[in-house]
Amino acid sequence: MHRYLPMSQEDRKAMLETIGIAAVDELFADIPEAMRFQGELPVADALDEMSLLRLMRGWAERNADFDRYASFLGAGIYDHHLPVVIQHIVSRSEFYTAYTPYQPEISQGELQAIFEFQSYICELTGMAVANASMYDGATALAEAGALAAGATRRRRLIVSRAVHPEARAILRTTARGLNLEVVEVGFTPDGATDLHDLISKVDGSAAAVILQSPNFFGCLEDIAAAAPYAHNAGALLVVSANPLTLGLLEAPGRLGADIVVGDCQPLGIPAALGGPTCGYFAVAEPWMRRMPGRIVGQTVDRTGRRGFVLTLQAREQHIRREKATSNICSNQALLALCAAVYLSALGKQGMQDIGRLNVGKAHYAAKRLALSPKLELPFAGSSFFNEFSIRLPQGTDMAQLGEALLQAGFIGGYDLGRDYPELNGTMLLAVTEQRTREEIDRFADTLEGLL
Amino acid sequence: MIHPSDPAAETASRQPVPQPAAASEGKALIFELSRPGRVAYSLPPSDVPDFDLDETLPARFRRQTPAALPEVYEVDVIRHYTALSRRNFGIDNGFYPLGSCTMKYNPKLNEDIARLPGFAKIHPYQPESSLQGAFELLYSLQRDLAALTGMDQITLQPAAGAHGEWTGLMMIRAYHESRGERRTKVIIPDSAHGTNPASATVAGFETVTIRSDARGLVDLDALRAAIGPDTAALMLTNPNTLGLFEEHIVEIADIVHEAGGLLYYDGANANAIIGITRPGDMGFDVVHLNLHKTMSTPHGGGGPGAGPVGVKDRLLPFLPAPLIAQRTDGRFYLDTGSPQSIGRVKSFFGNFGILVRACAYMRTLGPSGLRQVSEDAVLNANYMLARLTPYFDVPHPRFCKHEFVLSGNRQKKHGVRTLDIAKRLLDFGYHPPTIYFPLNVEECIMIEPTETESKETLDRFIDTLIAIAEEVEINPDIVKNAPYTTVVSRLDEALAARKPVLNCSCG
Repeated sequence: MHRYLPMSQEDRKAMLETIGIAAVDELFADIPEAMRFQGELPVADALDEMSLLRLMRGWAERNADFDRYASFLGAGIYDHHLPVVIQHIVSRSEFYTAYTPYQPEISQGELQAIFEFQSYICELTGMAVANASMYDGATALAEAGALAAGATRRRRLIVSRAVHPEARAILRTTARGLNLEVVEVGFTPDGATDLHDLISKVDGSAAAVILQSPNFFGCLEDIAAAAPYAHNAGALLVVSANPLTLGLLEAPGRLGADIVVGDCQPLGIPAALGGPTCGYFAVAEPWMRRMPGRIVGQTVDRTGRRGFVLTLQAREQHIRREKATSNICSNQALLALCAAVYLSALGKQGMQDIGRLNVGKAHYAAKRLALSPKLELPFAGSSFFNEFSIRLPQGTDMAQLGEALLQAGFIGGYDLGRDYPELNGTMLLAVTEQRTREEIDRFADTLEGLL
Repeated sequence: MIHPSDPAAETASRQPVPQPAAASEGKALIFELSRPGRVAYSLPPSDVPDFDLDETLPARFRRQTPAALPEVYEVDVIRHYTALSRRNFGIDNGFYPLGSCTMKYNPKLNEDIARLPGFAKIHPYQPESSLQGAFELLYSLQRDLAALTGMDQITLQPAAGAHGEWTGLMMIRAYHESRGERRTKVIIPDSAHGTNPASATVAGFETVTIRSDARGLVDLDALRAAIGPDTAALMLTNPNTLGLFEEHIVEIADIVHEAGGLLYYDGANANAIIGITRPGDMGFDVVHLNLHKTMSTPHGGGGPGAGPVGVKDRLLPFLPAPLIAQRTDGRFYLDTGSPQSIGRVKSFFGNFGILVRACAYMRTLGPSGLRQVSEDAVLNANYMLARLTPYFDVPHPRFCKHEFVLSGNRQKKHGVRTLDIAKRLLDFGYHPPTIYFPLNVEECIMIEPTETESKETLDRFIDTLIAIAEEVEINPDIVKNAPYTTVVSRLDEALAARKPVLNCSCG
């Protein structure tokens, strides 16, 4: 007997009798003989609870985790403090062992939590409508491109090269599926999207202009300046924004964005090798019925009590099939709950305070590092939030440096040369509220010593 | 819970179960709990020198007014979400026979393992040397899933089943294009999940829907009529959504392959076949699995899931990047993929936390345990079908696999719809089955018990359904007005769609 399987031999016998057969095999008689798998599956052997824990702990301990190493790595995934209340709430199995809320009468908890999540996202982004989540920020960005193409009936997506390289890669895959064209716009020596290049590429065939702010280099983009160029050409402005920055930074919706997307990982979601996180997707009102994914709406029951349901489902795959606005079905609801609890805990003041802490520490780190004659801040002309780039001396072996920093107890920054040949020898660093001044100083000293 | 199988239940089952008053009160939104000045967080004072925010972040970048987030204290947060959780139903609350969703027990051990700091607090861009444990886990999962499906390689990137479908179809498209062929159509049976045609569209294909035959299987004549030189693939769920094994699978595979098309396996129903038959051996070229179904990972109230995709050798060059590979010295590394790769489909490494849970699950059961899972799932479903057959119309009266379909047509004659029966089940503490799907069965009720439910649980549920079928004949209004015991009664879905209120507009 296995602890997850209840059936005794007596149960089996009684059930077979009810069915009217002698052996379970008869239930599989319709599988052609040649298709039947013979023998034992060549998969790993069964382990008892203690042995499995030992194996898994062994694997886990071979990874350098944030508890044991001070991380200065960002580039889309961040080491933020996870308020302890979050795990207690998302560990309630009424939430995490539920399916999609198809039966609203017994799913009011999940539905209300998602309604509140949508409300939080609208408030932070300054948009009218948000959905119940996407797989991650990058797939949300690709879906935004798809929405824009559908809404404008145009086929060109104009995307800044300062958007996360993986998001652009997913956008390209998505565009190939939908037969859309992706055109990239360069960046200035200050690390911001080159508006002149943008203007030259946006014309009447552009469905969307896609920016990220803070961008992949950590620099803030001038969304308000870019917006008119998109809109005058009849294109939608898509902005990808780290939601943690929106406690301090202006809501993209107030700067002219038509669609705002991003990844909620900074809002209390464990890094977990980059997933599961939770993409958010918010639009201005005219695009509401073109949104991908689940949306929760408020309504009333037969006695007039407030309640919540999945709504506007005429957009979705289970109703519209091949005419749906997207194929998404399962989303990242539990992580949306994580983000909602985070925002409930931080609240109005906390989102400003955490922003200040991040800005303060990152700027202290940037100044501290810039003191070294070996280091330069290549994008000093741009403003940043908690992430910035530093240029290392020519010929620095980035892989070796990463290993050496590990030896010293640090998870170092991201090598921008991986994606941008012109930024060879440039490292992207993130400094969150988790980093102490002492760690920043020690990191700066260690780094300088290694160069 | 009052239950019809109890001796005194005959009348009790026709009464709503009384509910404590507190549970039926409305629940305030967290925004409505807000009081100026309250906080539920604890951040350290800054240990770096003071700075001028105006100088650091110019005003044009900053919010003019703070976001109108609630101001609550920690007890509010905990009580609010605890109250919400009590208004929600998960597998840990009770039986959840939601067809095609495989709502099996979600082992607690897997939750603990996924929360180990070495899995939960690691960054995808750390040096390879500092992620060897994570990579070994992923590598072993790739290998075990390949063995289980009979495929040659697995990508763990897709975040969900539909995401896997799209990934697989993009590979199929790239495969045909690499051979200089333009194949624009994907054939899909009418019993398929809606994600199949939707995924075909976003992968740039046109969908051709083919009807099922009288036995609920792919109509071979319809397939032959639909197939042609423009066929890119046939997408098939096997067993299909009626819970029936496509017994002509060899012939189907031949028809598709002879026309130059590929065969796609939708793994939504893989819980019926583990260790019994493998998609790779049935002739499928591309397979996705739903780890949040077959491999017990929790569905999280809608997600996250994981939808790994397996392929045969000829599709290897098109796999999305990156794969986890092993060097001759035993160390693991990231293979960034071939130049023919379809590119990226998901950030980083897919839903790693879900992959960890799935790996733990597979190693809890091992080869014979995994086969036992499918045998028991199928036995449970057939037992339920046998017991319910006298009381409901059974459109396809023969052995099923892990799930089966009833029709509420007999009950409809009394003016009671399948929806009403589902709502009445709520009063007895059950999550109802999937209803009105698949689309090719009228008043459809689709039941999937899974292997983690005991005979007693099945019997109680069956007795309840039989009691409801009796209610339908004696007093249909009781069923039509259900539920009585939930925190809200039936909700006005038309109003929600007609006058959308999609956020609380608290700002």
